[in-house]
Amino acid sequence: MSRLLRHPMAVVGGLLLAVVVVASVAAPLLATSDPIKPSFGKRLQPPRVLGGTSAYVLGTDNLGRDIYARLLYGGRVSLALAASAVVLAASVGVTVGLAAGVLGGRLDDLVMRVADVQLAFPVIMLAIAIVAVVGTSPGALVSVLALSGWVLYARTVRAAVLTIRQLDYVEAARTLGASDLRVVVLHILPNTLAPILVIGSSQFATMVLLESGLSFLGMGVQPPQPSWGAMLAEGRDYLSNAWWLATVPGVAISLVVLGANLLGDGLRDLLDPRLRE
Amino acid sequence: MQSYLLRRLWQSALTLVGVSLLVFVILRVIPGDPAKMLLPEGAPPSAIEELNRELGLREPIWVQYGIFVRSVVRGDFGQSFQYRAPALRVVVERVPATIQLALTAMVLTVLVGVSIGVLAAVRRGTGYDYAGTVLAVLGQSLPNFWLGIMLVLLFGVTLRWLPTSGFQGWQYLVLPSITLAAFPTALVARLTRSSLLEILSQEYIRTGRAKGLAEPAVILRHALRNATIPLLTLLGLQIGTLLGGAVITESVFAWPGMGKLVVDAIFFRDFPVVQTVLILSATIFVAINLVIDVLYTVLDPRIRYG
Repeated sequence: MSRLLRHPMAVVGGLLLAVVVVASVAAPLLATSDPIKPSFGKRLQPPRVLGGTSAYVLGTDNLGRDIYARLLYGGRVSLALAASAVVLAASVGVTVGLAAGVLGGRLDDLVMRVADVQLAFPVIMLAIAIVAVVGTSPGALVSVLALSGWVLYARTVRAAVLTIRQLDYVEAARTLGASDLRVVVLHILPNTLAPILVIGSSQFATMVLLESGLSFLGMGVQPPQPSWGAMLAEGRDYLSNAWWLATVPGVAISLVVLGANLLGDGLRDLLDPRLRE
Repeated sequence: MQSYLLRRLWQSALTLVGVSLLVFVILRVIPGDPAKMLLPEGAPPSAIEELNRELGLREPIWVQYGIFVRSVVRGDFGQSFQYRAPALRVVVERVPATIQLALTAMVLTVLVGVSIGVLAAVRRGTGYDYAGTVLAVLGQSLPNFWLGIMLVLLFGVTLRWLPTSGFQGWQYLVLPSITLAAFPTALVARLTRSSLLEILSQEYIRTGRAKGLAEPAVILRHALRNATIPLLTLLGLQIGTLLGGAVITESVFAWPGMGKLVVDAIFFRDFPVVQTVLILSATIFVAINLVIDVLYTVLDPRIRYG
């Protein structure tokens, strides 16, 4: 932990992320008005700094909804989807990578070919095609996001396994009669945790981008449920008279992504010096 | 060399088989009743029945896959019902616009990314280095759809310098290509910086300097040349990012390319077009990466695959 503090950018990233996470979790406490109910009498009010009222700190949108409240609740959705997707992608990827590395042979070939196929598709194209078929339920969105992310873990873990299993201590454990499963879980897996953590935190950034991109295109979180990507898309039509509509959610997305990227870079320097730039 | 080429060709072919399998599963197996999905809404039952027969949907699944692959290989991707024309033709008409945008973005990426990376590496630890790092981190963090909208707000709506949508000349290309290039430029800048730093600490660079070579010659002729291999690998993988990024960028700027086409097609549930775009873009990606792998052996004579 004290070593982490020596990476100021990682600390800044972590703090940024923490603030957004806390604000999203505490949305019901922090929001002063309903994020979904329209009030047409109060359409397109400017943020307070631009002469608006303090009832709507960040102004209101085209349906008179409080942008501040929508931002908080939208963050909940985006962050929850992205976090679930990272966890799902990591579990699948790590399991597959371990299996491929340890068992080798045909399974290994198959997994690596499947990974190639996966990488051949532009992520967002594959995602919108699948969403169009299976729908936009939270479960479907998380699966689609995770589908784009598992390869990275699988490849990294597989490579790590191939290196680690030739080390003396693994050899020793085997000689002492440890089963394959025991060797993998107790001796190999712990040594792949560092890269997994590094990938996870950078991937969180990618997932937030991807989810808001899908919602921006209208193929992610569906209205009236607030989401950052959809708020941005709605704001596009009001650039000339209410530019804050599109600006505010974009700042939120950028801050989260920036935070996760900085944290990821810091963790990489700290945990995996070989990857250091 | 030859056996390496053969192996890479075989791998690429396998990947394309996988691509066709995946598209088949997504658009034919998951939906349950693909005939309904592949026809416009409200199509008469007789048309559904006919397509069912044509696609062999009463046959076992592997026979269906066989029929699917055979028609794809023949270039028959079905009829787009949004445009009432063969899906392949509809998509191919949109390809030049996407290629123009992607190529411009690629040129921007290489020029700007490599320049920033070189400057940051050569002036390591100075203000240039920090500015480059900040730019790179920002480029990686700004969502391209938001960057696009902010560019529209600044240069289109407020300053009125540049057009913000459509496709009628070079000035229409400026904002979309900057939007599309931002993310890969950041990656290229970081990679150039880190590989140059590694190379600059090597013996042959010291030798070059010791024999009195001018610094630009050292950097450009000797150091940068050896950084091209990792750069090419990254650029090859970024083809996917560019094609994918085009989906969003083209939607923001109403750019009439493949990306906008696929988004519109999904809203119209024009699945023949969707499957064509998916297969075509994956094929482009696989082909370009194959070419890049072959280029390695040309660029670096030390690489001789057995």
